[in-house]
Amino acid sequence: MSKVTYVESNGKQHQFDLPLGATLMEGAVQNGVKGIVAECGGSCMCATCHCYIDDAFLHLLPEMEEEEAEMLEGAKAPRLLNSRLGCQVRVSKKLNGIIVRIPEHQ
Amino acid sequence: MTKRVVIIGTGHGGIQVAISLREAGFEGTITLISDEADLPYQKPPLSKGFLNGKQTIENLRFRNPSFYTENNIQLVLNQLVIHIDLQHKAVLTRSNQVFHYDNLVFATGARNRDLMAEGVDWEKTRYLRNLEDAQKLQSALVEARKVTIIGGGFIGLEIAAAAVELDKQVTVLEAQPRLMNRVLPPMLSDVFLQKHLEQGVDVRLNAQVSKICRNGKRQINAVQLMDNQLIETDLLVVGIGVLPNDELAKSIGLACNNGIEVNEFLQTTDETVYAIGDCARYWNAFAGQKMRVESVQNAVDQAKCVAKNIMGERLAYHAVPWFWTNQYDLKLQMAGINLDFDHFVVRGDVSTRKFSIFYYKNHKFIGADSLNRPADHLAARRLLQAGISPTFEQVANIAFKL
Repeated sequence: MSKVTYVESNGKQHQFDLPLGATLMEGAVQNGVKGIVAECGGSCMCATCHCYIDDAFLHLLPEMEEEEAEMLEGAKAPRLLNSRLGCQVRVSKKLNGIIVRIPEHQ
Repeated sequence: MTKRVVIIGTGHGGIQVAISLREAGFEGTITLISDEADLPYQKPPLSKGFLNGKQTIENLRFRNPSFYTENNIQLVLNQLVIHIDLQHKAVLTRSNQVFHYDNLVFATGARNRDLMAEGVDWEKTRYLRNLEDAQKLQSALVEARKVTIIGGGFIGLEIAAAAVELDKQVTVLEAQPRLMNRVLPPMLSDVFLQKHLEQGVDVRLNAQVSKICRNGKRQINAVQLMDNQLIETDLLVVGIGVLPNDELAKSIGLACNNGIEVNEFLQTTDETVYAIGDCARYWNAFAGQKMRVESVQNAVDQAKCVAKNIMGERLAYHAVPWFWTNQYDLKLQMAGINLDFDHFVVRGDVSTRKFSIFYYKNHKFIGADSLNRPADHLAARRLLQAGISPTFEQVANIAFKL
């Protein structure tokens, strides 16, 4: 298990212990966090699980593949340096305590 | 009085109606009825990551069990609806439970079309539609060495790719002269054909199945084609399309014609009853005809539209259709409906398998297929939603941001 905090665009916070290997998208959607849409169910197809990762954890994330980068270009909310698609980041031990902010639009 | 909503079917559409209603602050009761025993789950991975073990059932659940109780959504699983009384607005299940509604939603989906061939009732014949099918197929794949797939459409080819990744010897039989013939132009069918051949799949086009030959004694089984060729096989998978689950609707007098007929607000011929997703037939402005659309996007977007209408809006459904398929490292994303296009423009490099095809009809942009070019796909959806037609030159110029 790893602790993950989601912050909705209105500031509302949710903290969950997620099983290792679950994606940030699954953790949000299955627990009913608002703002992660995940239209395609985690296939890196729709750019509707866009989230902003707390800077302190950025260097611990798996590297971004080209397709994810391209999808992020098309995301509705602005793409920032800490933008990732939630379906492409799996929870690991070293991500314990990660804070994930959810944009207003997907 | 509190409003009561009953939804039949817990696929992508059914569940989304419930979620959207609660998100919009709906205070009435919501009952979701499914004839399946499993908690609602996502279907696309069943023919992809689930088969080769990359995703498990835990990854597929739409919501955790607690979500339903916390949001006061009554989940009635393993219950078949056998009758609906439109006059008394009541749903009856096989175990004699009665659910009253003010609004009813049909989200009953579709089922597999059966292959009509001698010997197809073989115990090693599999179809894929729901989680139970996927689990059965998954365990059958473990034992099989030679796998034959009948149908070179999305489902069949996705299963072929998953089977190859499991080191199976795979044959695909397609009755048409090319793969995914119904939705893709020849240029894309060719790319996928080449890919499957490179991966060692024996793809037979124009292949008509005559019968399934079984030899119990010698444990040799084979698919026989019309030209008498025999293809030895341990496992047969059939993916030759689907039929809408509209019999229940038909039986209570709702208008049906290859699907439950709905108007632009997704109402059936009884205005308190809606139908969405694979089972619903509606006027699709992007295609310029009445049709059913079999996709996650269609189910989800129609569900959102119905939730708003139940909440008192009068919203017509008008979302851009989009679809996708994954096979090996090929990701194909389709936007719009490219029926009867009269012109197309290629964007990107066909030889590197990273390109899009933009389709036009009377100079109007009607859809795009993007192969490993996700940004084009997202741009195409935006353009279609806004009704904007980029010029041929703009599309062909990859330096131009669409």
